[in-house]
Amino acid sequence: MDIIYILIPLSILLIAIAVTVLFWAIKSGQFDDMDSPSHRILFDDDNDNDVPK
Amino acid sequence: MSQNVCFHCGEIALEGNRWCLEIDGEEHIMCCPACKAVAETIIGSGLKDYYRHRTALPEISPQQKRSARNEVRDELKLYDEVAIQQPFVIRTTNAQQQVEAEAILVISGISCAACAWLIEHRLGQLKHVVSAKLNLTTHRLLLTWRDGDIKLSQILEEIHQLGYQAHPFSATEAEQQRVQESKTAFRRLAVAGFATMQVMMLAVPLYVGALQGILAQYEIFLRAASMLFATVVVLYSARPFFSAALRDIRTRHLTMDVPVSIAILMAYFASVWSTVNQGPEIYFDSVCMFTFFLLTGRFFEMRARHRMTQAGNNLLDLMPSAATKSCPEGDIVIPTSDIQVGDLLVIKPGQKIPADGIVESGTSAVDEAALTGEYLPIDKAQGDTLIGGTHNVESQLLMRVTATGADAELNTIMRLMDRAQHEKPAIAIFADKVASRFVAAVLIIASGIAITWSFIDPSQAFWITLAVLVVTCPCALSLATPTALTAATASLREQGFLISKGHVLEGLNQIDRIVFDKTGTLTRGELSLEQSLPAAENIDLTPKQALKIAATLEQYSNHPIARAFNSIVYFDTDNIEQVTAKGVQGRLINIDGHEDTVYRIGRADFAFPAVTLQPPIHDDRQWLLLADETQPLYWFALSDTLRQGAIPMVKQLKDWGIKVSILTGDPSSQVEAVATTLNIDDVHKGLSPAQKLEFASRWQQQGERLMMVGDGINDVPTLARADIAVAIGQASDLTKTNADAVITNNSLTTILHALSKGKKSTRIIRQNIYWALLYNVLALPLAATGFIPPWAAAIGMSVSSLIVVGNALRLLSPNKQT
Repeated sequence: MDIIYILIPLSILLIAIAVTVLFWAIKSGQFDDMDSPSHRILFDDDNDNDVPK
Repeated sequence: MSQNVCFHCGEIALEGNRWCLEIDGEEHIMCCPACKAVAETIIGSGLKDYYRHRTALPEISPQQKRSARNEVRDELKLYDEVAIQQPFVIRTTNAQQQVEAEAILVISGISCAACAWLIEHRLGQLKHVVSAKLNLTTHRLLLTWRDGDIKLSQILEEIHQLGYQAHPFSATEAEQQRVQESKTAFRRLAVAGFATMQVMMLAVPLYVGALQGILAQYEIFLRAASMLFATVVVLYSARPFFSAALRDIRTRHLTMDVPVSIAILMAYFASVWSTVNQGPEIYFDSVCMFTFFLLTGRFFEMRARHRMTQAGNNLLDLMPSAATKSCPEGDIVIPTSDIQVGDLLVIKPGQKIPADGIVESGTSAVDEAALTGEYLPIDKAQGDTLIGGTHNVESQLLMRVTATGADAELNTIMRLMDRAQHEKPAIAIFADKVASRFVAAVLIIASGIAITWSFIDPSQAFWITLAVLVVTCPCALSLATPTALTAATASLREQGFLISKGHVLEGLNQIDRIVFDKTGTLTRGELSLEQSLPAAENIDLTPKQALKIAATLEQYSNHPIARAFNSIVYFDTDNIEQVTAKGVQGRLINIDGHEDTVYRIGRADFAFPAVTLQPPIHDDRQWLLLADETQPLYWFALSDTLRQGAIPMVKQLKDWGIKVSILTGDPSSQVEAVATTLNIDDVHKGLSPAQKLEFASRWQQQGERLMMVGDGINDVPTLARADIAVAIGQASDLTKTNADAVITNNSLTTILHALSKGKKSTRIIRQNIYWALLYNVLALPLAATGFIPPWAAAIGMSVSSLIVVGNALRLLSPNKQT
């Protein structure tokens, strides 16, 4: 059972990393638009009809 | 899809296959040249997949936007001026030393996700456009382009070509605050969520250990780890509750935040004490979970509140951002912020008037509907006053500025609104009333118990007092209102009633009187064709032909009257001339066998000046005469028609015993006509915004609870004052931001749905609160006598909370009957 002395601090560390990453994501605006990306992926051009630049 | 429906906009194509476009070898019918042009642009850019992807037809039919391409281009050119770009364009230099400009544009006319795809791809094809990203929730386009290589006006024109309209957006302070608030709330919620999961995990061995035995060293370690997470939650996530509670205590007005804070802090400190001194029980899991649940509720409430104000640009949208100043050395374009009193400004037709002033020369009609509620444009000639923010419809005016900024009429209304807002009566929220008594009662009882037990058995006193506080933890009580409100708000949103402020649902139940604005609220706020009558005998034109001729002429007019003829097809024409305030004349070539003829449409004395003619029926409708050079032909009656659902709504409101009144700025006798049709007795017309406010406050002083429904800027002060303010979906942004709720489906019967949902949610909130109180009354004596073990208290608490949530979810079902 002494393994918990390592595992629990480890899980705390992992959570701290996860929260840091999430804070970064919030700050960089990844949660600002919750609707468009889910639609955007559906329209990804499946046939090549875009006029090149 | 039926044969004669426009492929692009879905309107009925009245001219069969006159406008056709071949797509993938298939002929598609278009209703008008405008639709065809848009469709050609889309196909020509290789973006025909738009038609495959789209799930809704265009919001703005291209036909409704009549302005010709050149005219649009001239208008958009204004946006290339540095002075005008200054407030919304940010310039940066990239790695290759190129200047990149970035701007946010608000796009109107977006109906589905395919619109976003279309705009992003079309702009992406343009050279020198670095990126274009459209947010579907806010309809904002984040645009980056290489300034100098492409002009902003060219990009804007491209958007216009696709059938959308773009306006620059500059974030207001309130807007930036909203973004910040939303990000902070999300962070707090995320931290609480993560911590709750961890503490729950750590709680399992502790609970199992409590039953089967656990070595003290492990227990201490697990408790310490839990404490770490709970500390973060209390210090970071739960902070909004504490600051709200502190504010409540300072203002001596107890709300739910006080018991919530007390519960969190007591449970936390007791658990910390327990961890340090190896006491019997810790409550870190409850602390975290409780905070997480409450934050979730508030998070969704905030999202709903933000959604409503997001699409807007507030006042900026109403005021034009550029003005043309007339100087001795020629006209120059200046930003509106640089306008000074005494300046001479040129106002082109279709432009908004940028400041208050008087007409120096020219005559035109000015649409003041937003500010005064008059539904027809007012004729302005030399010496007449102009109000900033209104719309010049007919021809060019030269104006002398008399007031700008803070002195302008529009800002006077804003100040009126500010004052009204301070006087807005607070709706008593039932839960808060109960909460303050409940908090007081619990605190008194708890201290009583602590004192009593310190005489009986001092070693038990603290733990029993704590059990009392945990058992009576206002979990269910705190959840009772937010869950019910969230469910009811979500359900009403589906039905077209978007609530942005929390007090609305409970307030709906207490309304005594509903006040309506007329133009744009009870009526549609636009003219439509009601009747056509021949003006003489033996006219060799069928009514249909006459209508076609009228539509042909009116398509060249900017006057709101012309919009009534919008859906009618027209002939090829020549020599069209618009005569201000009177009508339009033009030569029509070769129609149905008639040789070239000059036709006139407009006021009777213009269309056929030879004789004085009176309309065939005397009423308040707007009568137009169509005539050729030899004789008068047809009379057309136009009127502002009632909005959908107006009649059944008023009837039902009266059945419910709610008083109905009209307060309108329109002085015409059309007001009485509307009132008679709707059977409303209490009607006041020709009112200024200040007078409207006066009426509202008088009713309120008589103890009535008011609901105001309006759409114009002139309604804003009254909306700010009313107990509940409702705006119509087409209202200006300023009106919407001041309203507590918005009707999004344009049907007035939605108000009935809202009222009945309000009744139902008040009932459910009461049930929830009574249940929570009953539970507490039963549990308190047991806890006070020391009979409840902590695990039983925890189960009781959870079950009681679940019952409350389940009850609230009943509100999600749509109304069975209004």
